[in-house]
Amino acid sequence: MLDATDVTVTLGRRRVLDGVNFQAAPGELTAIVGPNGSGKTTLLRAVTGDLGYRGRITLAGEELSGIPAWRLAPRRAVLAQFTPLAFPFTVAEVVRLGQIRKGPGSAADLTPRALARVGLCGYASRPYQELSGGEQQRVQLARVLCQVWEPVEGSEARWLFLDEPVSSLDIAHQLQVMQIARDFADVGGGVVAIMHDLNLTAMFADSVALLAEGRLLEQASPEVLLRDDLLSRAYGCSLRVSTPPPSGPYVLPHAARLG
Amino acid sequence: MVAIHPEGHLVGDRRGLARRTSWVLAALLLVAAYASLAVGASGVSLPAALADLLAGSEIDARTRIILLDIRLPRLLTGMMVGASLAVAGAVLQGLFRNPLADPGLVGVSAGAGLGAISAIVLGGLLPAGLAGLFGPALVPVLAFAGSWLSVSLLYVIATRGGHTSVATMLLGGIALAAMTAAFSGLLIYMADDQQLRDLTFWSLGSLAGASWSKTLAAAPLMLAALLAAPALSRGLNALALGEAAAHHLGIPVQRLKTGAIVVVAAAVGAATAISGGIGFVGIVVPHLLRLATGPDHRALLVNSGLLGASLLLLADVVSRSIVAPSELPIGIVTAVIGGPFFLWILLRRRGSLEI
Repeated sequence: MLDATDVTVTLGRRRVLDGVNFQAAPGELTAIVGPNGSGKTTLLRAVTGDLGYRGRITLAGEELSGIPAWRLAPRRAVLAQFTPLAFPFTVAEVVRLGQIRKGPGSAADLTPRALARVGLCGYASRPYQELSGGEQQRVQLARVLCQVWEPVEGSEARWLFLDEPVSSLDIAHQLQVMQIARDFADVGGGVVAIMHDLNLTAMFADSVALLAEGRLLEQASPEVLLRDDLLSRAYGCSLRVSTPPPSGPYVLPHAARLG
Repeated sequence: MVAIHPEGHLVGDRRGLARRTSWVLAALLLVAAYASLAVGASGVSLPAALADLLAGSEIDARTRIILLDIRLPRLLTGMMVGASLAVAGAVLQGLFRNPLADPGLVGVSAGAGLGAISAIVLGGLLPAGLAGLFGPALVPVLAFAGSWLSVSLLYVIATRGGHTSVATMLLGGIALAAMTAAFSGLLIYMADDQQLRDLTFWSLGSLAGASWSKTLAAAPLMLAALLAAPALSRGLNALALGEAAAHHLGIPVQRLKTGAIVVVAAAVGAATAISGGIGFVGIVVPHLLRLATGPDHRALLVNSGLLGASLLLLADVVSRSIVAPSELPIGIVTAVIGGPFFLWILLRRRGSLEI
C-alpha cells in the first residue's frame, strides 16, 4: 500500500501541493489526472522519493524518506516523461541498465524479454539516440520493467510509477503500453500513472485521483469520479461524460458550437 | 524473435568486443613500454643490454643508470600520467554527462597548476618541519587540492537541478582558468631565479623531469585514483540517464558525484604536478573508445587507462626522437594531435550541440 497523508510540497515560494491525501494499492492501476500545472508530476515525484515534502508518505507501512535508494530500487521503478541520454548507448545497453539485481535466483538477461514485451524485438543494436520519441519512451519502459521484473524478498509488492506514459505514442502503442501497465497490476503489482487521456483512464484505471491547483479534489473509481460537474470544474471547460452500455464511461469535450 | 549471436550474446551487446579490445590495448601498452625504454638520445641499446643480461655478463654503469634511473622512471611516469589523464577525462565526461568535458579545457588542469606553482614558490616559506613532512609530495598534494577546488567550483557553476549546461560548463571553465592564471602569474612574479627555472621546466608539459623521487611522490595519488575509478562505472552508467533516473535505479547520487570529483582531482592534480600541462589526452582517448566499443563505463574506464598510457608513451617517444638529441615538450605533441581532433568532434556534433 502506498499512502500519502496531508502532503504539502513547496517549490521556491510556491506551494505546489497543498495537503494532498492520496492512496494506491497493489494490484490496482491508480491514475492521477488534472489540468496542466495542477501538481500531478509533483505528487508523483513526492511519492517516488525525489522531492522533499511535509506530511506522511508510507510504502507498505514504512516512511518513504527513511528508505535508502538502494533498498527502494528493487521495489519501485519510475518512467519519466522523457529521458534524453548523454552517450550513444544501444537500445540493449539502455534496457540492461534497468537490470540492477545480479546473483543467484535472478535471470541471466531480461533484456530480450523486456524488449519483446514492448514490441521492440529487432531494436537491440540500434543507437538509442537515433530513435523517435515514442520508440525511446518504449525502450525506457522496457528498462523500467527490467528493474522490477523479479519478486522482492519478503514478497513485498513492486511498483511502477509512470509519468504520462502514453503522451508521445500513437493510438496502437498507447493501448499496448496501458495493457502492459494493466497486466503488471493484474499480477499483484501497483501502478501509479499520470494520465491526460480521460478515456484511456476510464478504460484501464481502478482508481482515479483528480488534482486541481495543487489540491486533491477527489479520489474514486472512474465510474464515480468521471462526472460532468466535477470534471468541468477541475478543467475549467464544459465536459460531458457518457456511458454507452455495457462498457464504462467515456468523455468528450463539449464545445459550445456542438451545443 | 530477438536476434542472438551463436555464443548467446544479444545483438547490441558490446561487452565481448570491449573485453577483446582490453587485450589488444594491453598488448599495445607493452609495445609502447618497450619503445619507451628502447628509444633515447644517449644511444644506449636496450636489446644489447637485455642480451648482456641474459648472457650473464655485467652491464656497464652508464647503461644501468640510463635505463634504470632515467628511462624507467620516465616510463612509469608516462604510463601513470597518460592513464590518469584519460581516466579523469572519462570520469569528468560521465559526471557532467557531456563528451566535451576535458580536464584541460574546463580549467581543472589550471587549478592543479596553481596548486603546483604555489607549492614551488611558497613551499620555501613553510616551517621546516611541515615542509619536511611533505617533502617532494608537497607539489602533487597542493596540485590535488587545486584541481579538487576547480572541479567542485565548476560543478557548482555548471550544474543546476541535476542538469548541466554545456555553455556554462565551457565558459565557467574559461573563467576559472583565467582566474587561476592570474593567481599563477602573481606567484611567478614573486618567484626567485631558482624557482623560475623550476617553473619553466614544469610548465612546458614534459616528462623530462621524471625522476624516482618525483615519480614516487605523485604515484600514490594517481594509483589510488586509477584503482578507485572502476568503482564509479555502474553509477556513471546510470547517471547517463539523468540524476533522477540514477536515483531511481538505487544509485547514491550525491556519493557518486563526490567520488567522481575526488578521483578526477587526484588523477589530474598528481599528473599535472609531475608533468605540467599535457592537454587533450582526456578527451581524445575516451572519445575514440566510445566510438569503438560504446559508452559503457565498466569497459570505458579500464580501456581509457590502457590506451591513455600507451598513447602518452608513444607521444613521449615521438617528442624525444623527432628533434634528437634535443627533445620537444610532450604537451606540444599532444596538442598538435589533440587540437584538430577536438575540432573534429565539435564539428561532428555541431548539429546536435545543446548550448
